[in-house]
Amino acid sequence: MSRIITRRRFLIGATMTASALGLSGCDAIVESDRTKSVLKIAEGFSMKTQRFLLGDDALAREFTEADLSPVFRANGTSMPDNPQYLDWMNRQFSTWKLEVGGLVDKPMQLSLAELKALPARTQITRHDCVEGWSAIGKWTGVPLGALLKTAGLKPEARYIVFHCADEYEKTLDGSGWYYESIDLVDAFHPQTILAHTMNGRDLEVAHGAPLRLRVERQLGYKQAKYLTRIEAVADLGRLYGGGGGFWEDRGYEWYAGI
Amino acid sequence: MATIDAGAATGRIVIYRHSLLVRLSHWVNVFCMTVLLFSGLQIFNAHPALYWGQYGADNDPSFISMEAVEDGDKAKGLTHVGSLTFDTTGFLGLSEVDGEASARGFPDWLTIPSYQDLATGRRWHFFFAWLFVINGFIYLAYGLFSRHLRRDILPAGSELAPAHIGHEIVNHARLRFPKGAEARHYNTLQKLTYAAVIFLLLPLMILTGLTMSPGFNAVAPWLLDVFGGRQSARTIHFLTAFSLTAFVVVHVAMVILSGVFNNLRSMITGYYAIEQEDRQ
Repeated sequence: MSRIITRRRFLIGATMTASALGLSGCDAIVESDRTKSVLKIAEGFSMKTQRFLLGDDALAREFTEADLSPVFRANGTSMPDNPQYLDWMNRQFSTWKLEVGGLVDKPMQLSLAELKALPARTQITRHDCVEGWSAIGKWTGVPLGALLKTAGLKPEARYIVFHCADEYEKTLDGSGWYYESIDLVDAFHPQTILAHTMNGRDLEVAHGAPLRLRVERQLGYKQAKYLTRIEAVADLGRLYGGGGGFWEDRGYEWYAGI
Repeated sequence: MATIDAGAATGRIVIYRHSLLVRLSHWVNVFCMTVLLFSGLQIFNAHPALYWGQYGADNDPSFISMEAVEDGDKAKGLTHVGSLTFDTTGFLGLSEVDGEASARGFPDWLTIPSYQDLATGRRWHFFFAWLFVINGFIYLAYGLFSRHLRRDILPAGSELAPAHIGHEIVNHARLRFPKGAEARHYNTLQKLTYAAVIFLLLPLMILTGLTMSPGFNAVAPWLLDVFGGRQSARTIHFLTAFSLTAFVVVHVAMVILSGVFNNLRSMITGYYAIEQEDRQ
């Protein structure tokens, strides 16, 4: 076979591969575990690069009152339907308590009134949904770092997990409860707060009353709503699906800085 | 007339046109940009609306959006651009998936994966974005070091004379492609187009992409000011992707019109055949 025909065949082959890809009829490739594990490399790469460039304390952009979204879209659950939550809600969250536990020296339980009495930080920041939209809101809440210092993290604590009163997906095994996690860099970041107030008013139910997390350098699904319990852990593998969050267990990145 | 080499006897000579690195980075780019476009459309489909400014969501005015609406007992796909509305049923807003009309921005044959799956679309997008950026840096470093950019891509002053460019436009419109010595180099229109892609559109894609990252916003808040906000950056990202797609369509058309086999061979093996100038 002459060389030129070999090349011609190569060209045809290359063109066909390119057009097959263009048709994106390659869902089999998309679904292979091998492909998924290779693609996952990018998440670690993005996180390491961003953390390297960020340092620990670079701040998210803060805006002014003039920049506030006229309507802040509520997303995910807008009304948890479990009886316990409804009971708390009906009592204006006066019986609700935030539990701080796991790998801490002093486990704590704080009422909403106690949380509101603690020194707070107010910040006007942009909330970015993974879907692509953004909304700007004003958040007031307790810096998570201060709370963790009071509770005293044990040396083996590596992540902070946020448990929520929100069964987002009804399942028989209870794997559909919303939860989230961040590492200590973000937990002690000055803008990471447990917000009880939004746009100057008590946090609304649709936005996660009575308490939600704000981690301003990451996407919306990290901003867990309806908090009930904060747990310091050494690793994330044993919780729920092992991914470190409700959406993480369903394929989304744990590091949601991008 | 003096012949250049033995090949001239048959009216054509073969030159080595593209270095190995240019060829490799070209094809890696083809692969990356293909995946980036189709996974990008998957991501777009998660919220098929574009805004201008720092914020933008359902209750804010969008200037491009797609939606499916009820139309009697059927549904239709609408695309809004500013105050204009177009019926794009079957393509944008509403298209068939396995024979069933489904509400989705772009149709399933334009997205990775074909079905709605934002998480997977993002994984593909960011993996190939990294590959694309690394490939781009290698190309630029090589281009500067080997003088490829200066020699082959940046037009010389004389090439930018209006008369020269006018002449080339006329030749292009008539599909008359250079022969002989002129065919050894890119013509000015090619140089300007490639330079715009390399130095304007592709960097714009990367920068607007980074501006959408809340993490990167904390690294480089000034990018938000450059593009006028995250939602503006998202819109520019989309429009630039559209421009790049238009470039690829024209690029491929020119490749076909000016000798598909010769062009493809040169970008694969490096060797390009040049027709001698017409003899008077």
